[in-house]
Amino acid sequence: MSATVGKDAAAPPAQRMAKRVGLGRTVGAVMRKELLVELRTLESVPAMSLFAVTTFVIFHFALNRGSVEGDLASGILWVTLLFAAILGVNRLFVADAEEGGFDGFLLAPVDRSAMLIAKGLTLLVYLLALEIVAVPAFSLLLLGPSVGPALGGLVATLLLADVGIAVIGTMVAAMAVRTRARDLLGPLLSLPLFVPIVIGAARCTAPLLAYAHRTGPSGRWLATLGVYDLVFGLIAYALFDFLLED
Amino acid sequence: MASRSYGKGLRALSITTVLAMTAALALTFFYAPLEAEQGFLQKIFYVHVPLAIVALCGFVLGGLFAIQHLRTRDPRWDMRSYVAIHMALIFGLATLITGAIWAKGSWGHWWVWNEPTLVSFLIVFLLYATYQPLRFAIEDPERQARYASVFAVTAGAFVPLNFIAVRMSTAFVHPRVLGSTSNLPGPMRLTFLISLAAIALLYATLCKYELTAKHTRAQVRALRRRLAGETAGTRGRSAAPSALPEGAQRPGSGQPETLAPSFGAGSAPGTVG
Repeated sequence: MSATVGKDAAAPPAQRMAKRVGLGRTVGAVMRKELLVELRTLESVPAMSLFAVTTFVIFHFALNRGSVEGDLASGILWVTLLFAAILGVNRLFVADAEEGGFDGFLLAPVDRSAMLIAKGLTLLVYLLALEIVAVPAFSLLLLGPSVGPALGGLVATLLLADVGIAVIGTMVAAMAVRTRARDLLGPLLSLPLFVPIVIGAARCTAPLLAYAHRTGPSGRWLATLGVYDLVFGLIAYALFDFLLED
Repeated sequence: MASRSYGKGLRALSITTVLAMTAALALTFFYAPLEAEQGFLQKIFYVHVPLAIVALCGFVLGGLFAIQHLRTRDPRWDMRSYVAIHMALIFGLATLITGAIWAKGSWGHWWVWNEPTLVSFLIVFLLYATYQPLRFAIEDPERQARYASVFAVTAGAFVPLNFIAVRMSTAFVHPRVLGSTSNLPGPMRLTFLISLAAIALLYATLCKYELTAKHTRAQVRALRRRLAGETAGTRGRSAAPSALPEGAQRPGSGQPETLAPSFGAGSAPGTVG
């Protein structure tokens, strides 16, 4: 009896603490902090939304069109959402790198994957907030056909694409934030990785935003998006620890 | 003494590569029959496709070396990963140029978007083009190596995924016959396989040259530092990894000798046996 107590006491204190603080609690705490900071500073989401709306106006003048549909509408929507997302990706870790957030997190006896999950979920929340503004603005300003009947398919596509953008964005942001040219490297690294997401998402939404032949999003493309999300989720989970090691 | 083992096997490898390249070019021009539809133009196939295959294998190989680096923390694996990706980028550029020439010849345009393989290749190339800027932007050598390895693994996994996605998005237009060896007539197939082996050997040789050069430079720097004190060894920031972490270099002790020889033809991608 006394021997087992002695063994427990001999374990390093950090290990005993790590057992007590679960992954879920850590993720919850980090995410709450992220969202609280965002609510108080309003640094990312308003900028992303404003950027998206302004980009729609620019597309209107650049293309010289009052309304768009089909392929073109789908392309404009995804290009705008992607570039707006990159604004958020660029800001995601800046506070942690500049104000010691990384050091604080690394000192805590918690699983490091919690940082990836919490930041990914935060970015996902940002993207959803962005889309709540951007998609109605798009349908109001540029989209010809009404968005109502296509809403279900559109939401499914947006969700699947957002998960992929959040996973890749978090990983790339963590990589780019500690480099000298972080604002440059973030988009350069992430855009090629986003290409398969754009292919899948744009193919899914093109028939949804057309006047004629309106069909639901193709199951094949939704499945492709899902597989891409899953694979990159696993890669990010396996590699993220190496980005936090100092 | 130590200098004897620098380019161990390099001469033999170089000679083999020159012979293989000569044989491949001779077969391409004098042995392989003219293709019925495209005529002489089709002969670029014997350069373009092997280049593409070797470049892609090089990218994936860089990812595998990077996994090894992350597992062992041995800077030599980072160096191998860097060289594999660096050479694959050069081969990739050559692939894009030969692909554009072929497209211009057979379809009349320098670039066609409905050719999935070429488009995927461009996307992969654009991703890997950020590898050097990423390295260059990180000053701490240890972190540079670690981040570069994370990038190399991610990008290595991206290569096949991207090919699947782009392939799905386009209808087949490319003469698929030329993409696989199974339905090529005998002489064409033989020429293709020998070209593939020659290009793979070229890749392995160039990689080995670069590794040896980097290794030699690191040793020269270490020796010079030992001669002139600490001030002589300061080196500018570079995208390339240093052969060994600063301070770990012990010139004359023979310790870093293991770097170059292990990247021989045996580990070359796509070498057709």
